[in-house]
Amino acid sequence: MRRAVGLATLLIAVATAAMAAAQPPVGIVRPRDERGLAPVELGRQLFAGNCSSCHGSLAQGISSAPPDRGVGDVTGLGPSLRGVGAQALDFYLRTGRMPLRDPHEQPERQRPELSGKEIDGIIAYVTSLGPAGPPVPDPHPESGAINEGLKLFTEHCAGCHQIVAQGGVVTGARVPGLQAASAPEIAEAVRIGPYLMPRFSPKQINEHQLDSIVRYVLSTRDPPDRGGWGIGNIGPIPEGMVTWLLAVVVLIAVCVLLGKRVRS
Amino acid sequence: MKRWIYAGLAMVAGRRQVARSWRESGERIVPEGQPSPGAELAVMALLVCSAICAAGFVVVYAVVPLDVMTQWLGLALGGCLAFGSAAAIVFSKTLVVDEDAEEDYPEPSAEDVDEVRRIVRESGSRITRKRLLLGTTGLAGSALGAALITPAVSLGPVFDTESLYTSAWKRGKRLVDEHEVPYKAADIETGTFYTAYPEHEGTDRIDAPIVVVRLDPAELKLPPERADWAPQGILAYSKICTHAGCAIALYRKPLFAPVEPRPALVCPCHYSTFDPATAGSVIFGPAGRPLPQLPLMIDAATGELKAGGVFSGPVGPGWSGVRDGKVRFEPSGPKGVE
Repeated sequence: MRRAVGLATLLIAVATAAMAAAQPPVGIVRPRDERGLAPVELGRQLFAGNCSSCHGSLAQGISSAPPDRGVGDVTGLGPSLRGVGAQALDFYLRTGRMPLRDPHEQPERQRPELSGKEIDGIIAYVTSLGPAGPPVPDPHPESGAINEGLKLFTEHCAGCHQIVAQGGVVTGARVPGLQAASAPEIAEAVRIGPYLMPRFSPKQINEHQLDSIVRYVLSTRDPPDRGGWGIGNIGPIPEGMVTWLLAVVVLIAVCVLLGKRVRS
Repeated sequence: MKRWIYAGLAMVAGRRQVARSWRESGERIVPEGQPSPGAELAVMALLVCSAICAAGFVVVYAVVPLDVMTQWLGLALGGCLAFGSAAAIVFSKTLVVDEDAEEDYPEPSAEDVDEVRRIVRESGSRITRKRLLLGTTGLAGSALGAALITPAVSLGPVFDTESLYTSAWKRGKRLVDEHEVPYKAADIETGTFYTAYPEHEGTDRIDAPIVVVRLDPAELKLPPERADWAPQGILAYSKICTHAGCAIALYRKPLFAPVEPRPALVCPCHYSTFDPATAGSVIFGPAGRPLPQLPLMIDAATGELKAGGVFSGPVGPGWSGVRDGKVRFEPSGPKGVE
């Protein structure tokens, strides 16, 4: 009996170790010493270690799956970064959406694993490769009008992001809530159109309108819940559900308590 | 005024006397209960609390600043009603004498049944033309039923549906935005979508708005007869979803096509999803038929976008029978495309 238990323990330990070995490597590949490196050189090394397996060795992109799988059994696939500019690089790196573990995943906001200095280095390196592209936008939400922002957000954004920017789903993707997004990130996303989102050119949404949208989105971080409880701020349906499910249950409970059953 | 007060006092005194006399006469109907001064006190306290809350409502309305007033008003009114209900509950539970009484239903006797029959029969003694009355009643009922059913005929191919195929668009109409500014082919970029209207037709007709997108011409898989409907890869579809008639307000656009879903026009109401590359075919959701496509052409002189013909099908929501293919939507003859 004791031998059987020992054997089982050993088998489990070996299986766990094998599973751990099969996991793709996680974390950031860094140069041994970052301090002496110029920003472009730091960016070049970080790009080679963390980005090039999908975006190509010179950021030219990999658009068809190569026959051989790379590190961690991952097939490298990614768009060209030539000319995307600091705008897109800043957005994807600063929000932790990149580096992506698996190119078939949807990039989502998380705590960035690269430091600010490392992100600046990658931006400097990639923009040095080709056309410089659009810079990081500089929105001025304080000069926008919040009511115009609400109107524009309703028209262009609320279909997917919901009216208080809580996010949701569309066919084929999850839509992020926007409470964590900073003003430049909101402006970047509007101009880039990350993942399945359409992009909006200055002809469709001009800079002043963008300021208003940014101001409105920033205001959704702390929405005025005049009723006391926002219920997720996702609109009238959960409000009605709460009314019916809570109030009706309380009413029925009171009726049951008050009533008396005649026993025959 | 004085006389009114005397009258009121006299009425109260008189009622007291009546009550006393009623109390003394004969045996009781309801068994006598024990008085409960404590419960009376509790009821009165609850009623006073209710009154305080109601007064609080007035105070809140007069004093509290507007931006936080709503909650306090709700609290005051809610408290007033809650204390009032609690008082009523305590009152009925402790101060009202009650008893449980049961009574069986009487057995129906043959005489009772016969009596009801006679009542019904004799109530009709004034009627002299019974059949005619019944006939006209039936006539009214069936006419109403027929009237209610008639709209269902529109569901089927019984009536002429030709008007569904006419729209505000015809060959040569320029595409304009909501300010009547014409769209040029060069204005239409990839990765985003535009809403256009026929010039001089206004924006409020259901058959007017179209959604315009630009795709890589190599990606298009249009049927052969629509080969020239999308110059430079610019496509136009009706903006009205063929499911329930909402506006196609979402454009799903992959940033990097190899790993992301295909471009699609999506209706936010029920997520009907249409593929612009394959002539607006339904790839997800409850819509029963493709989005009607509008052929486009580019004015050689000005570069402006113009309609190259009429819609490929009727604009607007679907109806019963669309999904199972019982209703056919091919435009009759060469009328569909100029």
